[in-house]
Amino acid sequence: MNGVRTSLGETSGTAIAFFLLFISATLAITGWAARKTKTTSEFFAAGGNVSGLQNGFALAGDYMSAASFLGIAGLVATSGFDGLIYSVGWLVGWPVVTFLIAEPLRNLGKYTFADVVAYRLKKKPVRIASAIGGLTVISFYLIAQMVGAGNLIKMMFGLQYETALLIVGTVMLLYVLFGGMIATTWVQIVKAVLLLGGATLLAVLSLVPFGMNPLALFAKAAETYGPEVLAPGKLVSSPLEAVSLGLALMFGTAGLPHILMRFYTVPDAKAARASVFYATGFIGFFYLVTFILGFGASVHVGRAAITTVDKGGNMAALLLAEAVGGRPFLGFVSAVAFATILAVVAGLTLSGAAALAHDLWVGVIRHGKADEKEQLKVARVATIVLAVVAMGLGLLFKGQNVAFMVGLAFAVAASSNFPVLLLSITWRKFTTRGAVSAIVVGVVSALVLIWMSPTIQVDLLENPTAILSLKNPGIITVPLSFVVGIVVSLLFPEPEAEAKYAEVERRMHLGAEEREPVAAE
Amino acid sequence: MNEKDLRRVAAARDRIALVLTAATMFAYFGFILLVAWGKPLLGSLLAPGLSLGMLLGSLVIFLSWVFTGVYVYWANRHYDVHVDRIAGKSKSGGGT
Repeated sequence: MNGVRTSLGETSGTAIAFFLLFISATLAITGWAARKTKTTSEFFAAGGNVSGLQNGFALAGDYMSAASFLGIAGLVATSGFDGLIYSVGWLVGWPVVTFLIAEPLRNLGKYTFADVVAYRLKKKPVRIASAIGGLTVISFYLIAQMVGAGNLIKMMFGLQYETALLIVGTVMLLYVLFGGMIATTWVQIVKAVLLLGGATLLAVLSLVPFGMNPLALFAKAAETYGPEVLAPGKLVSSPLEAVSLGLALMFGTAGLPHILMRFYTVPDAKAARASVFYATGFIGFFYLVTFILGFGASVHVGRAAITTVDKGGNMAALLLAEAVGGRPFLGFVSAVAFATILAVVAGLTLSGAAALAHDLWVGVIRHGKADEKEQLKVARVATIVLAVVAMGLGLLFKGQNVAFMVGLAFAVAASSNFPVLLLSITWRKFTTRGAVSAIVVGVVSALVLIWMSPTIQVDLLENPTAILSLKNPGIITVPLSFVVGIVVSLLFPEPEAEAKYAEVERRMHLGAEEREPVAAE
Repeated sequence: MNEKDLRRVAAARDRIALVLTAATMFAYFGFILLVAWGKPLLGSLLAPGLSLGMLLGSLVIFLSWVFTGVYVYWANRHYDVHVDRIAGKSKSGGGT
């Protein structure tokens, strides 16, 4: 409470010890995974041998980024209720994934969501367009993660930004390059367990003085900072803006390539279904805990101290760890935050490598005919390329405010990948031209509208006004992409694609296994 | 026969998926529109430390999870049974 006395940013022995422990444990897992990774299917989909519960943890690991852990806790600590608006928005995408996407995706595809879209359409144009949609989302997400990683590690461990990028890039490359999806999955599981456990312990410790009653903690915050901390604040200004942001968050999750890819790691649709149920539970629980952490930080650390250390409030959860658990606990939570970043970056890189190697190289350049050895080699080369690109993007955007890029990634995902995926599994008359134009229009319109919005024009370029007052483009771009996809498909029908829909429908429900014995007879 | 069966199962799944998606959207957009329009209302206290907005927000998170649970329960109980039956049938009649 008194002033800003923190060891945050000093090189801490416990932090480094926990961090090294995590690195050596995950590298040992990678070594084990590397011996099991001999085929492309093992590299991209862990051979389909991940259980529903394991995939539930891994999905949660992929999704719970440092931005949501530190960012939401910080937002709650500095403004109260408003943090909950993001938490709710980021969670409601998961039911949509469960009801509409997970099972058809599992039954129709192999490694990427483009497999599903390309199933009955013309392979080449669809794979190119889907790869563009996927890689755009991955790039923005990666920039946000890498820049965030550099800044956080600098603040947590006192390391230089560039050194931090190099460490994240190298360790992540080791995971993905050698251990592929098997290692990435287990890194996600370890990270998810650590993050859920660490956040819960932190919440418990901050509730001890309040008799374990969260309401008593919230009441104390309201007493200190006024009753408005429990009420909606400035975050949502107009209903239009609110719905627009909501659309991107709700349907964006169902268009994130690294999340979609995880459904190929389970053996069947039943396991895919179970895994989203587990993941939704873990993530929902985590967001509720984060809410407690934010209020805990504002009470135990104090808003003034939090904003002195970092203006955005991003260090709130870590300062809370030190306040309630001392330096060793701070070390532990810092190491967990670092592990969180590493795991998310690894998942993103693997899904980017799948788009480059499976969709573009094998699907487009090699017309789908590449032998096992070549596929695996290309997948690994693509991984190295992406790791270098990720580090390069981190350097390029050093010192920039990139927080909006996660929102941008969701907006692009919701207005390109999601509409095309949904139309290709549900609509008989969907065509190649419809798919390609829906993706292109979705990506371009989301980018252009965000460029014209106050986020770029006012906040970034420091212009007095923006061309467009809408901050979140979702309310325009999501319907636009659907309309374009539908109208273009109706204008230029594709009888071959329509004829193959019966097969899609069969396989979507009955799975692929059923077809093979039939063909063999 | 087989095709008809499949169509029926597919339609049942589409119906459940649609209803649950609509329910999730209703809960979420209802909450977010209340945030935009009913700020004082959501700020009203139900108990010391608990505002209506906090209760509703947590409820949307909890309900989203319950909805996925409802779907999983339904699919395991009904959908899978029919799908397995159709798949089994089509295997025996695979030569046609």
